[in-house]
Amino acid sequence: MAYVSIADRDHEIEHHDPQTFITKYVWSQDHKVIAIQYGVTAIFVGIVALVLSVLMRLQLGFPDSFALINPENYYQFITMHGMIMVIYLLTALFLGGFGNYLIPLMCGSRDMVFPFMNMLSFWVYLLSVIVLLASFFVPGGATGAGWTLYPPQAISQGTPGIDWGILTMLGSLALFIVAFTMGGLNYVVTVLQARCRGMTLMRMPLSIWGIFIATILGLLAFPALLVSAVMMLFDKLVGTSFFMPAMVSAGEQMGTGGGSPVLFQHLFWFFGHPEVYIVALPAFGIVSDLLATHARKNIFGYRMMVWALLAIGGLSFIVWAHHMYVSGMNPYFGFFFATTTLIIAVPTALKVYNWVLTLWQGNIHLRVPMLFAIGFVFTFTHGGLTGLFLGNVTIDLPLSDTYFVVAHFHMVMGVSPILVVFGAIYHWYPKITGRMFNETLGRWHFWLTFLGTYSIYLPMHYLGFLGVPRRYFAMGNTDFMPESAQTLNAAISVTVIFVALVQLIFLYNMIVSLRNGKKADPNPWGGASLEWQTPDTPPKHGNWGHELPVVHRWAYDYSVPGQEQDFTPQTVSADEVPVGRDHGMEH
Amino acid sequence: MTITLVFLGAIMVTVISWLLKQTLNTEPWVSDPAADAVSGTSLDTSNKTMGLTTFLAVATSIFALFISAYTLRMQEPDWRPLAEPALLWFNTAILVLASIAYHWTRNAAVSGNTARLKPGLLISGVLTIMFLGGQLIAWQQLIAGGFYVWTNPANAFFYLLTAVHGVHLLGGLWVWARCTTKVWTGAEADSVRLSIELCTVYWHFLLLVWIVMFGVLLST
Repeated sequence: MAYVSIADRDHEIEHHDPQTFITKYVWSQDHKVIAIQYGVTAIFVGIVALVLSVLMRLQLGFPDSFALINPENYYQFITMHGMIMVIYLLTALFLGGFGNYLIPLMCGSRDMVFPFMNMLSFWVYLLSVIVLLASFFVPGGATGAGWTLYPPQAISQGTPGIDWGILTMLGSLALFIVAFTMGGLNYVVTVLQARCRGMTLMRMPLSIWGIFIATILGLLAFPALLVSAVMMLFDKLVGTSFFMPAMVSAGEQMGTGGGSPVLFQHLFWFFGHPEVYIVALPAFGIVSDLLATHARKNIFGYRMMVWALLAIGGLSFIVWAHHMYVSGMNPYFGFFFATTTLIIAVPTALKVYNWVLTLWQGNIHLRVPMLFAIGFVFTFTHGGLTGLFLGNVTIDLPLSDTYFVVAHFHMVMGVSPILVVFGAIYHWYPKITGRMFNETLGRWHFWLTFLGTYSIYLPMHYLGFLGVPRRYFAMGNTDFMPESAQTLNAAISVTVIFVALVQLIFLYNMIVSLRNGKKADPNPWGGASLEWQTPDTPPKHGNWGHELPVVHRWAYDYSVPGQEQDFTPQTVSADEVPVGRDHGMEH
Repeated sequence: MTITLVFLGAIMVTVISWLLKQTLNTEPWVSDPAADAVSGTSLDTSNKTMGLTTFLAVATSIFALFISAYTLRMQEPDWRPLAEPALLWFNTAILVLASIAYHWTRNAAVSGNTARLKPGLLISGVLTIMFLGGQLIAWQQLIAGGFYVWTNPANAFFYLLTAVHGVHLLGGLWVWARCTTKVWTGAEADSVRLSIELCTVYWHFLLLVWIVMFGVLLST
């Protein structure tokens, strides 16, 4: 079949060039600008959520020392912290941010296939963020139902924000899902339809595989959140009883009856569990590329890595009820879901082995992105292992409502993806901005964040074993908790404040390097994948100048024996490879 | 949740097996001239077709989840089955005709028959609007009979499911309106062909969804 790409035609390129400041930087349809808009917005709300966690820790570490924090506020902080971090920061940053930036550049396309819809996706996302943040200021304040928004308490007397708070939350989620669907259609269709010549699916870097499969998961799973949000809106606004059981509140029979709160939990976690992998799979993919590039070695078991991503994606739809062992569902379900949960550990473990084997005998350059990538392997393994505990019903029941669970999910889907986010930002910063960041500050940022987060979450496992309950505003006087538990809590809180402040180093480094960083080499790490081969750094609108790249190999030709350079870009054909000394024997 | 699982299972099996087929027996680290010729255009389909296909997967997920929720909620003791208005049979017939009309228009567009586009689009649009009007009348009949949305979960689901289906049709009508405007301002069959073809697929999809939904509503 003759290869003709519409975007290849010259007039098309000039036609699309944005002319004014507004179309170039504000209402931009360029995937790179949209990616940065997504990224900056996501990091901004992420900082809001970070501040909320500091406020929570102040209360937990030093109970009742701060007049600002009362039980109502505390529950609002918990809810907003969780929701923002999982959805508005991580999902938006990995897919809207990195997905937007990397897919066209790594696949060799000029842009996303539906640029207008892509632009719309960002603006609807921004609107959802504004609605979400507005909920702090509405009458009654933000919802305090916990990020899972379980009914009946989410819309019943006694929970903060049961009027405007929950409405703005549900509305914002609905907007987010619309935004995500518009973006997601773009990511899927671009990967399938707009790859340049020679880019077979199996020559794509693992970053793209991770983002691609995560997007498919998102497109199929977010509807469950939409369905549950719409039905809860009905319960709240119209007085239906989809989820609301018969209740007596303050001695008064409520108008609702017969609804099933467990139905909500099923719908919510049918979205909620794939959501874990919507965040994790892009991180898996990106970390694979970071490790291979900075270890100057091809990724170990590329095909196995792709199959593992597919297997995890498929399995992630049949494990949701492991979040519901204590919900009162049919106990036999627990057996099924424990089994599937433990099976998902197999492909996940394969990936961890392959990351370690990629490092084995590699020519490791401990640059800042690599530090974060290796840090991820530690925190993810750690969080994954505690997941094996909690996947078993009998172990989950006593631990479910303790700090053990908080420690587990923060290690596995808080710290780990965030380390990848940092690694990825450092890795692609030279390409995105055309400047180098400050390496020393980057190292300080890594070590303080890595060791700091470890000293936050490792002790939490012990608190969990002691039975310290999560979600509590104050622990009160209990016999089973030794005084040392409170000392530990105070120490954790101090560390949290410290780690939060350390992030200022990152922000300072990113902002100051924009102006003062030294001009970046187009390919500072010697990367073989396409985004490092653009004619301009940062890439201009249309990415590739007048001719699209042509790909001749996969993205992992590092240290190939018998070749002069220790990497061969994907665009180099077999005849053009400079032959020289043998890199395979270097070590 | 069984229904959702079956639907999603089917979608996942299709996606994963297609992707696996691309990945088996490949050795991407070996230079391969055949692979050098492959690109995104090798699938030989348009971006919009692929976009619609993906969107249909999303919509399937939404409807399957609503129906799953319906079957789960049905088991609670307070459920009082709703007697659906007979008008729905008439509405269903109208929607079937709308689908047929769109298909007829599509055939005209494919064979380059510009003259037949105007009546085709007009009939399809009018029938679709009639269906939506019919649904509204069905709502009014229920309300007049005292079947309010809050009186029973079965009623609530009826209003909710028909509304979600109607909203999807309204989205389709927006594309229909754009295409019809183009045809009225003198567009040739070729320039609107893809839009009409994709709309036909979408109309058939929503007809299928309606038939499944109507079946579920009638049988419970």
